[in-house]
Formats: sequence, structure tokens, C-alpha cells
Amino acid sequence: MLYNEPSPLETRVLTRRFSLPNSASIDTALANGGYQQFLKACGMTQEQIIDEVKASNLRGRGGAGFPTGMKWGFLPRQSPKPKYIVVNGDESEPGTCKDRVLIENDPHLLIEGILIAAQAVGAKAGYVYIRGEYRYLIDIMEKAIDEAYAKGWLGKNIQGRGVDFDLYTHTGAGAYECGEESALLESLEGKRGQPRIRPPFPAVAGLYQCPTVLNNVETFCAVPSILEMGGKAWADLGIPKAGGTKLTCLTGHVNKCGVYELPLGFPVEKMINEVGGGIRGGRKMKAFIPGGSSCPVLKGDEAWPLTMDYDAMAKAGTMLGSGGVVIMDETTDMVKAALRIMHFYAHESCGWCIPCREGTTWLKKILTRLDRGVGTTRDIDLAGDLAKNMLGRTFCPLGDAAALPTISIVEKFRDEFEAKLRKVQVAVPAFPDSPLVVMQ
Amino acid sequence: MTFSPELEKRIEKLLASYPSNRRKSALIPMLMYAQDETGYVTRELVEEVARRIGIPPVQVDEVVTFYTMLWRKPRGKYHVQVCTNISCLLTGGEELYEHTCKKLGLGHRETAADGVFSLEEVECMGACSWAPAVQINYDFYHHVTPEKLDQLIDDLKKVH
Amino acid sequence: MVNLTINGIAVQAPPGTLVIDAAKKAGIEIPAFCYYEGYSLQAACRMCLVEVEKMPKLQTACTLPVGEGMVVRTEAAAVVKARKTTLEFLLTNHPLDCPVCDKGGECELQDMVFRYGAGESRFTELKHHVDEKQWSPVVFYDAPRCILCYRCVRVCDEGMGVGALGVVNRGVLSEIAPSHGDHLECDECGACIDICPVGALTSGTYRYQTRPWEMQHVGTTCTFCADGCKTTLGIRNEKIVRGNNRDQSGINGEFLCVKGRYAFDFQEHPGRLTAPLMRINGKLEEVSWSKALAAVAAKFSEVKSRGGQFGVIGSTKTSNEENFFLQKFARQGLGTANIDHRRSGDIVTLIDALAGKTDALGSVQDAYLMKASLVVGTDLAQEHPLLAFQLRANFRHHDSHTYTVAAGPVREDSYSVAQVRAAAGEEMAGVESLRDRLAKEPELLVLFGASVKGEALRKLVAFVGSLGIAKVKYICLMDYSNSRGAMDMGLLPDLGPGYKPVSAAGLALPDMMASTGLDVLWIVGANPLARHELKSTGAFVVVQEMFLTETAARADVVLPASSAYEKGGTVTSGTGEVQRLHSAAKTMGAKPDLEIMGLIAKEMKLNLGIWANANVFEEIRREVRGYNIPLPTIATGQAVQTSPLNGRVAVASRPDLIQPAGNTLFTSGSLGKYSKKLTSVMEYPGALYKPQY
Ligand SMILES: Cc1cc2nc3c(=O)[nH]c(=O)nc-3n(C[C@H](O)[C@H](O)[C@H](O)COP(=O)(O)O)c2cc1C
Ligand code: SF4
Ligand code: FES
Repeated sequence: MLYNEPSPLETRVLTRRFSLPNSASIDTALANGGYQQFLKACGMTQEQIIDEVKASNLRGRGGAGFPTGMKWGFLPRQSPKPKYIVVNGDESEPGTCKDRVLIENDPHLLIEGILIAAQAVGAKAGYVYIRGEYRYLIDIMEKAIDEAYAKGWLGKNIQGRGVDFDLYTHTGAGAYECGEESALLESLEGKRGQPRIRPPFPAVAGLYQCPTVLNNVETFCAVPSILEMGGKAWADLGIPKAGGTKLTCLTGHVNKCGVYELPLGFPVEKMINEVGGGIRGGRKMKAFIPGGSSCPVLKGDEAWPLTMDYDAMAKAGTMLGSGGVVIMDETTDMVKAALRIMHFYAHESCGWCIPCREGTTWLKKILTRLDRGVGTTRDIDLAGDLAKNMLGRTFCPLGDAAALPTISIVEKFRDEFEAKLRKVQVAVPAFPDSPLVVMQ
Repeated sequence: MTFSPELEKRIEKLLASYPSNRRKSALIPMLMYAQDETGYVTRELVEEVARRIGIPPVQVDEVVTFYTMLWRKPRGKYHVQVCTNISCLLTGGEELYEHTCKKLGLGHRETAADGVFSLEEVECMGACSWAPAVQINYDFYHHVTPEKLDQLIDDLKKVH
Repeated sequence: MVNLTINGIAVQAPPGTLVIDAAKKAGIEIPAFCYYEGYSLQAACRMCLVEVEKMPKLQTACTLPVGEGMVVRTEAAAVVKARKTTLEFLLTNHPLDCPVCDKGGECELQDMVFRYGAGESRFTELKHHVDEKQWSPVVFYDAPRCILCYRCVRVCDEGMGVGALGVVNRGVLSEIAPSHGDHLECDECGACIDICPVGALTSGTYRYQTRPWEMQHVGTTCTFCADGCKTTLGIRNEKIVRGNNRDQSGINGEFLCVKGRYAFDFQEHPGRLTAPLMRINGKLEEVSWSKALAAVAAKFSEVKSRGGQFGVIGSTKTSNEENFFLQKFARQGLGTANIDHRRSGDIVTLIDALAGKTDALGSVQDAYLMKASLVVGTDLAQEHPLLAFQLRANFRHHDSHTYTVAAGPVREDSYSVAQVRAAAGEEMAGVESLRDRLAKEPELLVLFGASVKGEALRKLVAFVGSLGIAKVKYICLMDYSNSRGAMDMGLLPDLGPGYKPVSAAGLALPDMMASTGLDVLWIVGANPLARHELKSTGAFVVVQEMFLTETAARADVVLPASSAYEKGGTVTSGTGEVQRLHSAAKTMGAKPDLEIMGLIAKEMKLNLGIWANANVFEEIRREVRGYNIPLPTIATGQAVQTSPLNGRVAVASRPDLIQPAGNTLFTSGSLGKYSKKLTSVMEYPGALYKPQY
């Protein structure tokens, strides 16, 4: 089911079958080109498939944007160990709700993408890790898997091509950190969602220490169309170095919030004003997050001239991220926004390493104080300083993800912090403890 | 500990999903599906799951206490989860949460005495483009306003 | 070899070496909490971050392998800043209760903050507090002090093979949790306490007893099992308050079991004998030392002069010097060959069967280094915790192969390459079933328990010999701290020191007990009446003992003896390592057995030489094969492995006399019974502990 009207400005490649009736059923998929690219892949060598993906300039849609073809190429060809496909459907990055749309509307597209990946690396089994909150999606996925088994698109000797592949779902249970690939693997192995030391990367030692292809849902969903159109043509949908389309979630203060499939390099201005129908109430955009709360925040003026692609965002000092665009108009309380984001990271820090575990909570306490109007100038500096002390020193990127928004908000919106400072500058006792994350 | 036949079937399927020397992989799904039946993760369930998988109970404790969706105390029949993370915050999630607190007379991770409702302020649940969002048990509700929420809760009270 | 520079110093290291280790070899210390040599890597504390040229971010030296041409800086400005800020983060929730913390003064966090920390705290909020928890009679956990370095979790899981600790909750609320919800069911070895860099895990025996700097530390050898761990006793006001392995310099490295760590308290048990006792009018009454010694000497002289029968029983817990002196006393002083002790392993047959093979007796070190091990007829983790620890470490570090042949499941099964079940005494068939696999091993260490003795042992040696393995060594497992020394020193009716046959054999222990013709039975540190009836009802019984045991209760004279923690001398571990005892405490009124024997000799006007440890040991070095070891080595607290003999033993062994005690982790014969800590652990719910093998 679609939760928002599609936009005429979309380039509907991955979402092509979405508006068909019963789009999630295998019959709809098969009647509309489903699984045909897998059959094509059966006639290709592993190198050919990987080369096609490389030519497509597909970069991982989970947030880090790593070239997918290259990643698949890292799997050791000659390994006595079984190989696995793992799908990252943890989708927990605040602002992001696109994988959900993909699985809900066309699970067979995902299965087909998985099968092609399995062909490319010689994997015989795969797991779709879906966050626990998405139970209904797990049910949809399982139904699709059952259909695929029933129609011979999964299991032994698929469509008589001598290919075996088993696919399973696996539920998460509420932990953002499990979106991080190595923590996801730990979780899949029945452990706490704590990241692993890397190297080795999953391509070499992933699930059960075996070579593993681990990608985002959307990344797999892109693969069938790459084989269909050819890598080059798919790449040309986007811009050089960033091929294809990307599901973009418009959220926050924009008139037409929703998930839209837009080609890479889509102008921010057009995205907000034309796809998104402009800023709510015709107001000014104060701040812009391109791809989930882990990205540094841009001022509205900085964002308007940009295009939605990896390099442009990097040049502007932020990241394209996961596609969760957060738009904040001039009424937004940036101190509160900073606090809410830090609250999230303090809650989600797995606790493994010192700077992240202690840093996020301390920052949350300071930001709480600033938000409640009992902070001091020293607190503003301290917040910025502590966030910088976390940066680049934590075990996994969650620490950076927590630090970057704070650093950028404190730097770019310092005046808002100052406006909220305690009016009477006298020494008062430390603000009482803000309530800790109560989990159980 | 005995489970319903459906749950037993589910557990069997789970255990068959992983290589035979990797039974521990079934741990989290097993707890999640069992919890749907038992309401929350009791000490008994911890020991039972440990026994079935063949791991020491502390390894189950490690997991149960890590994941927020695994509860170690009873939840309501209807577990109301209101998101206040950034996209929802911008669209009224915080007000909605405060409204829900008042409506249910509950706070974060609290369960009503009659066991019908429990409340939780949750992190982003993947409904950001249709915010503010609420989840009741596993069902999503989008663009929720205080009025819509009142209606929802009143309806549930009636069915109950 | 890989070449790199660290702080401008050229360093060479084998490929795969971690930068933190390479730096250490070059004399550069990189601070770390979570890194602990020998255990899995965590990279959690972030203290070891270093700057590496061409790498954009600081790197964790604890996970970074050396690379050719790598340029590392451990004191660059960015590194120093990172360290300081990490400590600042760490201290936000750490209670600054150092003044009352057991660890104050020997705390790694204190040292780290002293060296690298900031002078001022910028954290003004309330700290997150949780109450301290007691997990067992000997283990307490204070979560706020915990810095989550996960050393305890790893030592328990990887080192001990127990896995009783885990991490619960997440984020800032994370803490360590015990195996069963609120309590521990585990080996209670306390390794977690020892390895904890801060005061998060504290010991039930030691907590709040003293400040570390108010103690003296005495390194000695544990007196419980035959593994011969070095234990460092912390002494305050002449009282032992702590046992640990402070400098890890012994053959046991960082290992100690529950007995070595906590059970020293038998030493101050109120039941300790503090004055000689004499039977007066049928009742044991306290008398002076001079009166008691005179009575013993008079009786011994009288019986000797009339050619009466003596029986002498020695101990498996007294020192080599004492055992040597005792057999000399018996043979030369009393003119009797009736001397024995309770044997627990057939070392005699082993030596005989190995005649001509050099270097065939395995050491504690071998258990860690040899490529394969065959464990026969023993529950090693229960009976020989150090050897079990070594085998496990060998597997972890060198992927060694372990084969188990045992009556029931044993902990070694969890990592061994083959597990064979065979009833006690019938292990050979099981061993033979492994022929093909064993034959492929380049080297093999065979560890066997007391059920493998006599013919069965000869068969085992012949079988293993027939496999054509280049290097084979054997460990004959024994019970007590000086079981091996008692054999080596000749506390045997048919063999003198160094397994030299005596001209006429005397009575063995059960035979002495069964004899009706003994005039004197002299027992030094043993409790044979617990298992045997003394048939010579009229015998004059002299007992040197710490407690009023069944045997002492029957005595005519009881002479209060010092414990192993109250005297010097040497002991020999089951694997043949000779180590020193050092006196750590004193029990008023008791005397070391050597001194007691010397005083009796003096009273009898016998000339048995000077009864000082050093003099007797000189004699042992001359008399006992293999004991001619360098004195400075053992004087500095190290161990030297001895090989007693390399030839046939002229006398047939007596496998029927081998009577193992079957001790477990929590028991150790009479001695264990007198340790309050050990008994409290046994009474604790955790003692229902069925190890998860
Ligand atoms: C803290 C953290 C959370 C993440 N969450 C997700 C997520 O929810 N979904 C996802 O696909 N990738 C997530 N990632 C990225 C994954 O680690 C990984 O890069 C990605 O799944 C790889 O797939 P891709 O190459 O297709 O993007 C997260 C990374 C971090 C550091
Ligand atoms: S208890 Fe000690 S060793 Fe264990 S994690 Fe905490 S600080 Fe580390
Ligand atoms: S921010 Fe609320 S659902 Fe995503």
C-alpha cells in the first residue's frame, strides 16, 4: 500500500510495479517481468554479473554509499566455506522509511535481487534481517518467500537451472545499532548487537565467519533493473560516479512528505519545492538534513543550491546518507532538535566503547540543561568540545553519527543556544540529573 | 514450559532456518515470538529458551537486556508506542506523546493496572514520511493527531 | 620480520604482531584497559589510540598489526588529547570512592588518570548509581566502578572455559552479570577479580580488610593440589588477608583456582593445634614442648634399643626437606624400612616404562606448548585446574589438538578433537580407538589419571610408543602439593630417595595399619586413620599435625605442626617442578615438621645432620637424581623441572597402593575442610553447580 501520492517527477524504476493491484504477490511480479533478470543472470558468469553492477555505479543505499560491485568483488572466489547473502532491513536511521515501502509493495523484487547477488558470488543461503517493529513486513516477506518456494523460484534446482538457494527472514528486536553491518551479523548469530572489529570485513568473514554479501534492501532491489537496462544505461539515470535512482524520504516541514524515487543528482530545490510541494506554510527553511539524523545538519541557505548526490553533499560537509531527508522550517527549535537527536544516540549506543557510551549520555545531559534554559555559555562550548572528543575515536560509526549533528548544530545555530541561556548568570548548583534512559 | 502448537511450529521452523551448529541464531526470533504469547520475557522463558538452544542462561540475559522490544515486565494488551524522534518531533510527535500520557494516565514504559494499555515513547519506527506515527502492538498508524489517537484508544477500549 | 618505527625508534616484529606488543618490546608503553595479552581483542576502551602516518584517523594499537614501513607515534598531540578525553569520559560515571576502594593504590584507572588524566573535572551532573551486588560468597560486583573492559568476561569464558559472566543492558547502563540471574554458578576461581583493573570485582575474603600498601607480599607455592601454582599471600599484621598471583611470575602465570586464591584461611582456623598434646590418663592434654619431645624421644629410643617395630607414615603436603629428613630419620635413625605415604599416581611404573628415553616427562609449560594432548582417565578441569587451563590456552593460542578419554563428560570435550567414553580402568580400548588420528600428530603430551597404573600404564606407554610420534611426553597426575616430592624423596618401603632400591623392603602403608606388631607408629602430616583401622592397638602413636584429625585423636603424643604457609623449604609439583615455600604467617606454638623432627633427633642424640632447610636441600641435591638444580633459580621464586631417574626401577611398583583422593575444585582432603571460605562456597547455591561441559 502506498502511503503518499506518487510524484510525476519521479523516475520509477525500483517502484515500477508499486501501483499495480496486488503488487506484492508473485503472480503480479511474474506477469510484469519479475524474476526474468535472475534467469538472465543464470546465463552469465560471476564476473559478468559483478562487472554489470560495477558499470551501474550503484553505491550502497544503506548510508555509507560504498560501490556495490566492488564489494561483491571482495568475496574470495576460492573458499571452502559456504557463502551467505544478508539483507539489511533494519532501517532505523531517523528520517528513513524507504526499505519498508520496497518490501511492502514488491517483496519479489528483493528476492530477485538477492538471487542475482547469490549467483554473482556463489551463495546458497540468505537471511533478510528486518527490524522487529516491522513485524507486518516480516509476514509479507515470509508470504513472498513461501510463494517463491511454491513456484520454484527458491529452494533446490531453481527453475531447472541447477541453482540452489534458501532464503529466510530474521527479526530484530529493537536496536538501532543492529543496522550497522557487523552488529547486524552479531544479532543474526543470536548475540547482543555489538559491532565487530574490522577488518575482517563481512565479504571475507561475515555471517558465521563465512564470506558474506551484506547490503541494504534498496541496494538489492536495484540489481534486477541493472541487469535489465544494462549497467551503463542504469548508471546514466544518475550522474557520473553515482548511478541510478534513490528512494528519498521527504520528512518534516514540507507540504508533501513521502517516499519518492528520484534520480541521483536531483536538485534539492526541485525536490523540496516541486516534489515536496514547498515548505510548510510557505515558510523559510532553517535547516536541512540530507540523509538521516547521523548527517551533519546544513543551514537552509547552504542546502538550496545542492544536488542530491554523494559528492555534492560531501563537498558541503555532510553526507547523502540513507535517503531520509529532514526539512526544518524557521519555527524549529534547533536546541531541542539537537537534544532529541542526542537522546536517540544515548538510547541506542550499544555501550561497548567508552567515548560513545559515556559521551552520548553526558551530551544528552548538557543539551537537556541548555534546552531547559538553565545552561551557561560554558555548556555550549562544552557540548561542542565533547562531541569533537568523540569524533573519530569510537569503535563504530555510531559515535560519529552522534557527534556530527551536535557539532554542526552548535556551530551553525549557536545564537539559538545563546538565546536560551540562563538569564541570570549566577552560580547555581549543577542541574539535577536528567532522567536516564530507562529501558526495563 | 509449554507453548501453543503454533508457537512450537514457529520455533521448529526457526531452528531449521540456521545451520545445525548455529542454533543460537534462533535466539532473538525465538524470544520475540514467544514473548508475543507470554506477554513478556519471564525468568522461566529465559531458562526455557536457554535450555532449548543449549546455551547458558546468562547468554539469554545478555540479549534480553540489550533489545528494547524484549520486555522483562508485563506490558498491556495494547502496547501504545509514540514516536518522538526528529521527523515526528517536527510534526507534533512530542505533543502527541504528552497527550497520550494524559489520555492513558501512563508514563514511559508503564503499564496500566488493569493490564489493558501500556505506553512507550519510542525511537524512530520508520514512518517518518507519514509522521507523527504511532504503533499499537505491531500495527502502524500514520499522521496521527490527538483526536485520532483518542478515537483509536476509545475504540480499543470498546473491543476490549 | 616487519620493519616499522615507533616514536622514531626503529622496531622489528614478526608479521601479525600488534602494534601495542611491538611497542612494548621496544620499551614504549601504550596505555590500555581492555587489551589483555592472550585474550580476544575488544578495542573497546579506546585508550590505545595512536597516530599512524598515512592513516586519517587515530588507530587502536591493540588491533592494528604492524606493517612494513609503518610510522607510529604514541605521544603525538592528538593521541595525548584523545587519551585525556577518553579518561574524562570514563570518569563521568565512575564513583571517586578511591579512599575506600579495595583497589585504591593498585588500580589501573588511578594510575592512568595520574599519568594521563586532566587535573580538573568538567562533569557536574549526578553520577549514575547502582547498588553493589554479591554474586557468591567470594565474588562481589560494584557496577558503577566497572569500566567495561570485558576482561572478566573473557578470562571466564576463554581462560577458564566456564563462561559464567556476561554483559547486560546497553549503553551507559551496561554492566557485567553473573551466570544465573542474581548469582554465580561457576568455578569460583576469582580470576575475574584478579584481572579486573579497577575495584569493580572484589573478593569476599579481602574486601575492606586493608589498603594494599599496608600489606607485605610473600610469594609461595599453593598447598592444595599437585599443580604447584605460585600464590602471593598478602600479609597484614601477621595475618594472611589475600591470595592472588600478583606478579604472575609462577608456572601458573595468571592462573589460580578457588583453593589457591581463597582457601588459605585454613591456616587461621580456630581448630589449629597450638600446644603439644600428650595422653595422660587416657586423655589428650596440653603439655610443654620439652615434655612432649622428651616423651617421644624416650619412647623411640627405648623401642629402637629393644629392636621393636616402627611404622612411619609421611605426608604429601610437607616439604621435600621434611620428607627427605623423615625417611633418613626412619632408615638411619630408627633403623626401620617401614616407611610410606599415601600414593596417588603410578610414577614408579612410568619411570620404569620410560627407561632410556630422555626428556619424556611433561611439564606445566608443555601443556601449553605441545601440539597435541591425550587426556586419559581424569576430569582435568576438576582435579588439575592449572593443567586444564594450560591445555585450553594451548588450544586458543596454538590450535592444539586435545583428545579426551574419560568415564563421563569433561570440560575438555568442548574443544577437543575427539571425545571417547571409557570406564575407569578400561581406558586402553578407548585410547586404541584413536590410533590413526593420534599417529598423525607430530607431538603428543599424554596426561593420565590414577586409574591408569601398573600394566595398563605400561600398555599405554607401549601403545603410544608404537605410533611413531617424534616427541612424546607424559604427565602422571597426582593429588597433593608434594605428592611427587614424597615419591622422589623416598617415602616408600622399597625405594629410597631417587627411586634407589633399598636392601630390604619394609611395610607399605596398609600393611603397617593391618599389622598387629607395631610398637610405634609415627605419622607426619597424614590422616591414615580416616580410612584405615590401626590394628596394632598397643602401638605408641606420635602424630605431627595441624588439626586434631581422626589420626591425631588416637595419638599418644600430638605435636602441633606449621602449615605450608608458615615455613620454608621446597615442594615438587606433580609435573616435577621444584619450587620454594616462603613463610607468610605464624601460628603460635606450632613448629615446622622439619624442626620437630630435628628436635626429636637431638633429644635422641642422633646425628642426622643439620636440620635447616638449606642444609637438607644440599643433601637432596647430592642424593636425589635430578635435584641437582641451580639454587639461584628457585631462590628467586622460579621453578625447575626435575627428572628423577632415567633407567629401570629395580623394584616392581605396587599399583594396588595407589589410592587417589578424587578431590574436586572445592575439596582438598582434610585441609579443605578447615577452610571456611571453601566450605561456604560449597554450601552456596552455586555449589549445585553442574559445570556445563
Ligand atoms: C550506526 C549505524 C546504523 C546503520 N543502520 C543501517 C540501517 O538501518 N540499514 C542499512 O541498510 N544500513 C545501515 N547502516 C549501514 C551498514 O553498516 C552497511 O553499510 C550497509 O548495510 C551496507 O549496505 P549497502 O552497501 O547496500 O549500503 C548503518 C551503519 C551504522 C554505522
Ligand atoms: S568488572 Fe572489571 S574486568 Fe570486568 S568489565 Fe568491569 S572493569 Fe572490566
Ligand atoms: S521519526 Fe518518527 S517514525 Fe521516523
